[in-house]
Amino acid sequence: MTQSESAVTQSRHAALGLTDEQAIEMYKLMNTARKYDERCLILQRAGKIKFHVSGIGQEAAQVGAAFALDRDQDYYLPYYRDYAFVLSVGMTLRELMLCLFSKIDDPNSGGRQMPGHFGSKRLRIVTGSSPVTTQVPHAVGFALAAKMKKKNFVSFVTFGDGSSNQGDFHEGANFAGVHKLPVIFMCENNQYAISVPLHKQVSGKIADRALGYGFPGVAVDGNDPLEVYRVMKEARQRAANGEGPTLVEAVMYRLSPHSTSDEDLAYRTKEEVDAHRDKDGIPKYKQYLIDCGIWDEEREAVMQHEIKAALDDATSFGDKAPFPAPEDILKHVYADDAAQGEGGR
Amino acid sequence: MPKMDYIDAIRLAMKEEMELDENVFVLGEDVGYKGGVFTTTKGLLTQFGEERVLDTPLAESAIVGVAIGAAMYGMKPIAEMQYSDFMFPATNQIISEAAKIRYRSNNDWDCPLVIRAPIGGGIFGGLYHSQCPESVFFGTPGLKIVAPYTAYDAKGLLKAAVRDPDPVIFFENKKCYKLVSGDVPEDDYIVPIGEANVLREGDDITVISYSLPLHFIMEAAEELESEGITAHVLDLRSLQPLDKDGILAAARRTGKVLIIHEDNKFGGIGAEVSAIIAEEMLYELDAPIMRLCGPDVPAMPINPPGEKFFMLNKDKVKEAMKKLALY
Repeated sequence: MTQSESAVTQSRHAALGLTDEQAIEMYKLMNTARKYDERCLILQRAGKIKFHVSGIGQEAAQVGAAFALDRDQDYYLPYYRDYAFVLSVGMTLRELMLCLFSKIDDPNSGGRQMPGHFGSKRLRIVTGSSPVTTQVPHAVGFALAAKMKKKNFVSFVTFGDGSSNQGDFHEGANFAGVHKLPVIFMCENNQYAISVPLHKQVSGKIADRALGYGFPGVAVDGNDPLEVYRVMKEARQRAANGEGPTLVEAVMYRLSPHSTSDEDLAYRTKEEVDAHRDKDGIPKYKQYLIDCGIWDEEREAVMQHEIKAALDDATSFGDKAPFPAPEDILKHVYADDAAQGEGGR
Repeated sequence: MPKMDYIDAIRLAMKEEMELDENVFVLGEDVGYKGGVFTTTKGLLTQFGEERVLDTPLAESAIVGVAIGAAMYGMKPIAEMQYSDFMFPATNQIISEAAKIRYRSNNDWDCPLVIRAPIGGGIFGGLYHSQCPESVFFGTPGLKIVAPYTAYDAKGLLKAAVRDPDPVIFFENKKCYKLVSGDVPEDDYIVPIGEANVLREGDDITVISYSLPLHFIMEAAEELESEGITAHVLDLRSLQPLDKDGILAAARRTGKVLIIHEDNKFGGIGAEVSAIIAEEMLYELDAPIMRLCGPDVPAMPINPPGEKFFMLNKDKVKEAMKKLALY
């Protein structure tokens, strides 16, 4: 093979600067998140845990985005479906299970918050809440700090299509546009805000909203991790160059109900869900790796076995870990808890 | 010791803290080149530059939300709400976010943020430039709330707020800006958050208040003294946490308690102060606890008779104090 022929047949991931190992790592993370999510649904149905909010169908975009960031210094403000994202930036299955089971050693909140409310200073995952979109101005604040302190980090924030209607999205995006701040906004457009479909939420395109704030908005196939990686890599470069924010709209489909408390067939059909299951990013990416000659069924079996073993370990670890002591709820209201007063005690 | 207006003491506190710590910065609407609609931040941009005295888009939730993000990173933002009447768009950021960041992350993250907001009426500001929104935020664990009356406290409490590791709402009274002045040391001092202050000692009645009404109370107390009634006046200074020991000590001093604030009566700070006293020392009281507050209407009107009817003044305060003294 001549050199020019080699360039023509170069794989997509190699053309984007990703090694084979990285391309495979992305696939493993997508699968790990999917299997984690499925395990959570089973645990909830079995009565082992109270609640799970699923990210099934959104893993490809999350992993693609994470790999485009500088995972040694960037700050992340993920939303509650970003299991694949947080796994990609260093959270472990054991830590996710401690969170799921609300145990004291949960790094996200010490068993205080619902699962999916991520946070870990060690991993630069900024604590989040349930009222949606409040994290967007926070991400802008981190980006403002980067600019003021002349640091090279970028802040990255995700949110759903429903959140793109909240004032905090618009206020945060406008602020970041005016001050040309190093922040990347990624809307995970999964077509539903719980039960309300996109066409009842948004009459234009979410990506186009960036135009009004003076920075680029890009819609991308959220089922294609390499395409998300490419767009995100450009966005990060713009941010690092001082060119300001980018809005990425990753278009995808929420294959699971909103949460374990949701009956989704009340507002959508099984046919619709099945049609989107055929577009699932994970099997498509698997086929891509096989076509590249760097993956096969044998390796697939080994990987699935390893994920199952890790999940079994993490589930047991989370299940057996201790809860916080009841009176721990009184702690950490303020830095000095003496300031708290004695109300209710 | 230089005598200084309340507003100048607030400005001096920001200037000193910005000189001491480069992570301290001010952001809000009109805070930069204009120096604030009340001139509270005047001159700061010239000294510190437009990055640390940041004119923001007109969007209160972003002003607070961006400040929260910067604070979580390690900055020490002072976010200005132009009028406290306009801070409600930021309420979700204040109550759901700032107040809960330490708690919900199990002490992993913190939010050392100051939100300055001018409160109070008597300036013909109508419904939306006159409100006292303390009760909206009061009772939110995780927040601290201060409301200085003296120029000395305005400087010392703002400096304490900037150095506090948790979010602090600093309710400054816009009527006090020029009305109240006093001795303010030019050196570095703080007034600790959570400590009330006895403004005047007396033996007949105890008056507990904060912010502008203390101006009327001190005038009335002066007059009442010549009529043979001495008032013990406690300035709460901090609304959250309340100085429980200070409140009980002041109440014990006379056994007769009058609580005064401009915020409306129902569900106000006075209700909590009253409950603290009732819980701890009901049988030591010589009279029912009394309250004199703004009326329970949505906000004060702009027409002069209406505004005058809403607002407290020396005469209204004096009458209430006398009534309690004679009980």
